[in-house]
Amino acid sequence: MDKENVIIELVGVSKVYNETVAVDNFNFYVKKGEFVSFLGPSGCGKTTTLRMIAGFEHPTEGKILLNGKDISELPPYERPVNTVFQKYALFPHLDVYDNVAFGLKLKKIPYETTDKQGNKVTKYRKLTKAEISKKVTEALKIVDLEEFEWRDITTLSGGQQQRIAIARAIVNEPQILLLDEPLGALDLKMRKEMQLELKEMHRKLGITFIYVTHDQEEALTMSDTIVVMKDGQIQQIGTPEDIYNEPKNAFVADFIGESNLYEGVYMGNRKVRFLNHIFDCVDDFAANEKVNVVVRPEDVTFAEAGKGMIDGILTEKVFKGIHYEYTMMVGRNEVTIQSTESKEINLPVSVNIAPDLIHIMKKDMLSNVYDDAYIDNDNRVIIAGGAFDCDVTQLIPGSHLDEEGYVVAPDGKMYDFKDADVLADVAFSDIEIVDNEDGGVVCGRIVSMIYLGNHYQVLIRTEDDEDFVVDTEYTWNEDDRVSVLIPAEKIRLKLRGEASKYVKN
Amino acid sequence: MKKATRIFARIFVWTMLVLMYAPILVLMVFSFTEADTIGVWNGFSFGLYPQLFQDEELVTVVLNTILVALASAAVSTVLGTMGAIGIHYSRRRMKAALEGVSQIPVMNAEIVTALSLTVLFVYFGIQFNFITLLIGHVVLTLPFVVLSINPKLQQMDPNIYEAALDLGARPSHALRRIILPQIMPGIFSGFLLSVTLSLDDYIITAFTRDTSFSTLSTYVYGATAKGALPPTLRALTTVIFVFALVLLIVINIRSHRKKEAAR
Repeated sequence: MDKENVIIELVGVSKVYNETVAVDNFNFYVKKGEFVSFLGPSGCGKTTTLRMIAGFEHPTEGKILLNGKDISELPPYERPVNTVFQKYALFPHLDVYDNVAFGLKLKKIPYETTDKQGNKVTKYRKLTKAEISKKVTEALKIVDLEEFEWRDITTLSGGQQQRIAIARAIVNEPQILLLDEPLGALDLKMRKEMQLELKEMHRKLGITFIYVTHDQEEALTMSDTIVVMKDGQIQQIGTPEDIYNEPKNAFVADFIGESNLYEGVYMGNRKVRFLNHIFDCVDDFAANEKVNVVVRPEDVTFAEAGKGMIDGILTEKVFKGIHYEYTMMVGRNEVTIQSTESKEINLPVSVNIAPDLIHIMKKDMLSNVYDDAYIDNDNRVIIAGGAFDCDVTQLIPGSHLDEEGYVVAPDGKMYDFKDADVLADVAFSDIEIVDNEDGGVVCGRIVSMIYLGNHYQVLIRTEDDEDFVVDTEYTWNEDDRVSVLIPAEKIRLKLRGEASKYVKN
Repeated sequence: MKKATRIFARIFVWTMLVLMYAPILVLMVFSFTEADTIGVWNGFSFGLYPQLFQDEELVTVVLNTILVALASAAVSTVLGTMGAIGIHYSRRRMKAALEGVSQIPVMNAEIVTALSLTVLFVYFGIQFNFITLLIGHVVLTLPFVVLSINPKLQQMDPNIYEAALDLGARPSHALRRIILPQIMPGIFSGFLLSVTLSLDDYIITAFTRDTSFSTLSTYVYGATAKGALPPTLRALTTVIFVFALVLLIVINIRSHRKKEAAR
């Protein structure tokens, strides 16, 4: 890969706080002059990554290279990087001029001079007052706030303070400008304006921008490259077009833009089955592989009644200005459609989806697999620290339990599975969520929820970072604390190691 | 019914105010008469005031008191500011522990502090002198400085220290140019609080001073023990009260103006 223009590179960077992994093994680089966005929901590690680049945090593992040099341990005041903070962080006791000039007054620039022996030497000097004044005026001009030099910070509006914060950072001519959700505190209209202005500033200044946001639209509008993150892990890196059109997984598809997500089966030979129909597609997967399918609402088109690929009934219609948004029921599945055509609701319709607009993604996981489970004294299986009732007789085909709890094989051998290591496998749809912490066996927090056409896929994470993926018809809220139940007969067990180890003498 | 309640409320407030201020007012009134015994009025006179400044012993005592107050307040303010900043930037668990520990002396009975200091000095064979007195007053006032700076640190935007570092400031520069100006009002009120606490302290002073060194409180206490109060004291307390009143008014006007300006 051409790395000549790389300005900053993260190599295996991780950050762990009190055993919680905030950033997990990040590897990526940013090219000189690029506008890169870190995009993800709160707690995904985007701000932590930015703070490591700024120097406020040091990576627990890995290296941060600036122009090929390791800066991981360099303090913030020695990095040619400046930050625009979310809540501006202006110095309230200084006026606009002194805020913007703060960095310049500390800056030392090299100059060449000849010493007594007539040798050329490089010395450092501070900027003169006139130089500082000139730069401050220029910076204020860039943010459209000339004439504001002597104003008190507290008399400025939020938008003006934001501009001063930008001016204060860019006046130092950093190699990289870091922006931590800088528009988060502004109202919608102001935000849209500032987005365009920031983009324009980026073009004019030619410096690298790294922009942190949880707003997918903002990231799509402004960036050259987007890094999508979730739970301290990079989900996808790509251009806005890539990320929108070719999301790598269900999370990215759901997070970026609106989407219809379905579970489907790849039939082989460029055919995929979902919504009870076999569609032509352009992606290539292994035959009979279970996959996730994403279709953008604007890519579903109405066909003449009865002549489309799938038939359904329109149940909802919302006018959105540029288009209508419809909900169509196909059996028990929902399809969201965006169209400029006005249709009557509660009538049957037919729709088409073009092969190249069906995007097929590999399923991350097919079921919950716990490879560190084990059996306790009472023939229960310990998963994620909780004891679940289960059927241990499945470990030996045709066996039954005797009164003392030993597994008796058809040949009369008795097995004692206490402390046996097993592999437990539970289907997504076999887990039940209980909405209080005491009702189930193991409790955890709902980390994410994705709608898959006719059900939700919920990710529940326990305190020990064990995950339960659950398919459910009901909506839950992210961050809710819940607990899980699994019916005994739904836990599939597989012995790890030889059964003979557990034969009771 | 409503009217009766209102009248009752008025009476209550005025009774409280009279109870609070009557003693001081009586003292002030009697500072304008030269009688030796309190409660006897033998004609209006400013005479006690010039006498106040002629009483050399009293002048020394007043100067001593001011010296101790200013010196201990200065030391407490410097230590307290450093302490408060240190506590503020400690890790979460350490911070909670330090905050708790630093506030115990506020709750602690002064007599306990005084006694412990005495025992400590005696144990190490330290002669009571100005330094021991100063240490005593610093111990007394330090927690109050921390207490008055702490809220200012908490109100401060948590990112501004990082912003200063980001712009190229070394930690010491950021501390001087960014954090200190932000918490200055807290430092200032901590200093004033220290001065007032030290000015009227008796217990710690009595325990930690060199007996030849008197402050106002020990002087007054000594005088009452001997018998009649010197009449000049009435003039002195009036002066102190008026001084405190003026100081209070000045501080209030200042903070009021600031609030107006912020609007």
